[in-house]
Amino acid sequence: MQHVNKLKPFFENIAFEREDNTMVVNFGPQHPSAHGQLRLMLELQGEEVVKAYPDVGYLHRGIEKMGENMIYNEFLPTTDRMDYIASSSNNYGYALAVEKLIGVEVPRRAEVIRTMLLELNRIISHLFWLATHALDVGAMSIFLYAFREREFAMDLMEDYCGARLTHSAIRIGGVPLDLPNNWISDLENFMTTLETQIPIYEGLLTKNRIWRMRLENVGVIPEKLAKQWAVSGVALRGSGVKWDLRKEMPYGLYPELDFNIPVSDKCDSYGRYKCTMAEMYECTKILRQLIPMYNESDTQLMAHAPEYISATKEDIMTQNYSLMQHFVLVTQGMRPPVGEVYVATESPKGELGFYIVSDGTPYAYKLKCRAPSFWHTGLLNDLLPGHQLADVVTIIGNLNIVFGEIDR
Amino acid sequence: MRAYKPKDDVQKKSYYSDRFYVTPTLAKKSIYSDSIFSEDTLSLGNKVEVLESYIQADHLVIYIKHEDNINTIKHLKEIRAYDFLMELTAVDYISTRDGFEVIYEMLSTSKHKRIRVKTFIKNKESIASVESLFRMADWSEREMYDMYGIVANNHPNMKRILMPNDWYGHPLLKTYPLQGDEIGSWYEVDKIFGIEARQTVGPELRDAACVDRYDTNRFARLGHEVLKGVDISENEPDTPIRYQEEGGVQLFGKKLVTPFDEMEKITLKERK
Amino acid sequence: MAQHKVNYLADGGTPIKLTTVDKIVNFGRSNSLWPMTYGLACCAIEMMASGGSRFDFDRFGTIFRASPRQSDVIVVAGTLTKKHAEFMRRLYDQMPDPKWVISMGSCANTGGMFNTYATVQGVDRVVPVDIYLPGCAPRPETLQYALMMLQRKIRREPAGMAQRAKRLI
Repeated sequence: MQHVNKLKPFFENIAFEREDNTMVVNFGPQHPSAHGQLRLMLELQGEEVVKAYPDVGYLHRGIEKMGENMIYNEFLPTTDRMDYIASSSNNYGYALAVEKLIGVEVPRRAEVIRTMLLELNRIISHLFWLATHALDVGAMSIFLYAFREREFAMDLMEDYCGARLTHSAIRIGGVPLDLPNNWISDLENFMTTLETQIPIYEGLLTKNRIWRMRLENVGVIPEKLAKQWAVSGVALRGSGVKWDLRKEMPYGLYPELDFNIPVSDKCDSYGRYKCTMAEMYECTKILRQLIPMYNESDTQLMAHAPEYISATKEDIMTQNYSLMQHFVLVTQGMRPPVGEVYVATESPKGELGFYIVSDGTPYAYKLKCRAPSFWHTGLLNDLLPGHQLADVVTIIGNLNIVFGEIDR
Repeated sequence: MRAYKPKDDVQKKSYYSDRFYVTPTLAKKSIYSDSIFSEDTLSLGNKVEVLESYIQADHLVIYIKHEDNINTIKHLKEIRAYDFLMELTAVDYISTRDGFEVIYEMLSTSKHKRIRVKTFIKNKESIASVESLFRMADWSEREMYDMYGIVANNHPNMKRILMPNDWYGHPLLKTYPLQGDEIGSWYEVDKIFGIEARQTVGPELRDAACVDRYDTNRFARLGHEVLKGVDISENEPDTPIRYQEEGGVQLFGKKLVTPFDEMEKITLKERK
Repeated sequence: MAQHKVNYLADGGTPIKLTTVDKIVNFGRSNSLWPMTYGLACCAIEMMASGGSRFDFDRFGTIFRASPRQSDVIVVAGTLTKKHAEFMRRLYDQMPDPKWVISMGSCANTGGMFNTYATVQGVDRVVPVDIYLPGCAPRPETLQYALMMLQRKIRREPAGMAQRAKRLI
């Protein structure tokens, strides 16, 4: 039974055809393609896009305002929900920013575990990108294959922290949990499986005539445009700029790891596709180097900074002062120094930055999340005109945008 | 009398203040400790007036007057090789300084350095748009307008971006409560069903800590606690989790869906 | 969230024996529920994972349809914001009867962790919900269990008449 409401049908209000024969199409906020809530208003001349206007904000949940009303530790699970495909990368970026503010050094084993989680999340994110991009373009079997690999990776994450999707596995000052007993052997099995499966996906797509026709010379982002729109991540490397924060402005364990950065100088979607596939191999390379580092590190997991970070659970349960300090840190929150930091890390989507203005109180004065997908979506404004309607779907899929980040 | 809560900053504040704790400030170093940064500042200082400059947390922080923002960013972009404008946002200091601090975060890929340009504008003033220099400011300034109410002059499309077009208020201001003001809390009801439906739908339930006696599963029996082990089920039968109707789904005497037996378990030896 | 206590686990409650026609129709309806892809945020990823090969959603007879005109059930997965609420109601209105709503995840149930100005505190402020799924994000098995409960609920309903008006909040 229809519940009475005030919504009138839209089509009475918009003229479909204009004098110059362009048609306005609304790629509504609800998509059959997997990208979330993008409303894209396209003016089409036949099949060719003349003007594009992306409208975002349909997932704006007020995360930045929440950051001003929550203590630093309390805000960490909220960062999970920004780039919800690779949650640990957001946690890591935020934890790194707060650690820079308070000036603690994270112990070795925690660094190794964090980097392992980051690279595993990168693999998860790239597999998801591949699955949804291929689904949009039409290669639907890749969706099922990549999701199958993803399930194994999410099993690993679930073994570690208990959650498949929104991990909160990285805390300010380190990691709370050590790796379970068989995790490393499961990880090695997973990597072996992945390294046999990715060539299968590449064999299905890379030399496929249809895939190449859909992706080559589509969504060409010249370097100048990329710099104008603050494009980062794979989209930037696909335009020939060799810029990866892990190599150029390294943080964490990356100075000690040996890996390459794939760059493509064909600025189109095909180049970005090849870069992302190559990056998955690099991730497995990094993970293999991290395993002996884990075995050699000693077991401290959280930094020792009693003013800001609670002690380990054993200490809290047995030592009185640790319990008292933990109580104060949880109920009131830590008081970091007064100042501002901006820390950027290389998330699978691009440069994820956190700008924290602290006034010494347990609540941040301002917390801005610099999400790469925000400007990648704005880029559609300048990028889409000149393409056909079918290319619009390819480009949106190829740019690897996730709406939790854009709208925060 | 109730405690006085100041209305110029309604964000959550710490209940206890530590009278004897002096919060340290994050170290600010002089610009001469880094050669690249000192060159940048001196070269910029010839073009515009640099009010203050220091290095904090590996960033060069430069304060300028808000009229000079286009010239500064142009100089940094074209002459000092800061080729990316990474972030453009504002911080609300209305209660303390009656204005906003607009920040521009820039990155140089060739020099591997980051710089933060800060300007101060008074409340209800507008700032010049840098969209002509960097197209990313198109969206960032719209977001700044949407969240803070700061208008950017000469902007091609100064409209709200994250909130709905007819939203009232600028959310990230310190005077805006986290849970939204009165108009905001009825927005969807007014839009879809009309103001008359406010009574039927009812106000939003925003108390996250609300528990009452009738919580499902009798989790919290506030005010009605009993000793451990006492049976509180009031002779209600134990409802097991049932995936199907008992006995399967029957039709014409034939079972269309065979009943699912929970006792029949298969344990996988290895995870597939 | 609904203010009254509903025991979804008890069978029926009314001693009315459903006739054979009802049973056939309800059997058909429950075993071929076509959901509309309404993934909004993180729960959408779990919904897609439940459609993947490990937690196969197709074995329930569901086929994800993109168009509201061709779907029976709408699985609201993710946070509904005030900007989007209007469109969600519009899409719900476009679905033909009989239609059901599964609210997946905390954000759709009650607004979840986002107790802010821009989030609708519960999808049931906008559409009448049949099944609420807790979790953040709920596992795919939870979504499958919710679908099974919805199937049982459908098999209890009388098939011929139009759906009873559902209580909105």
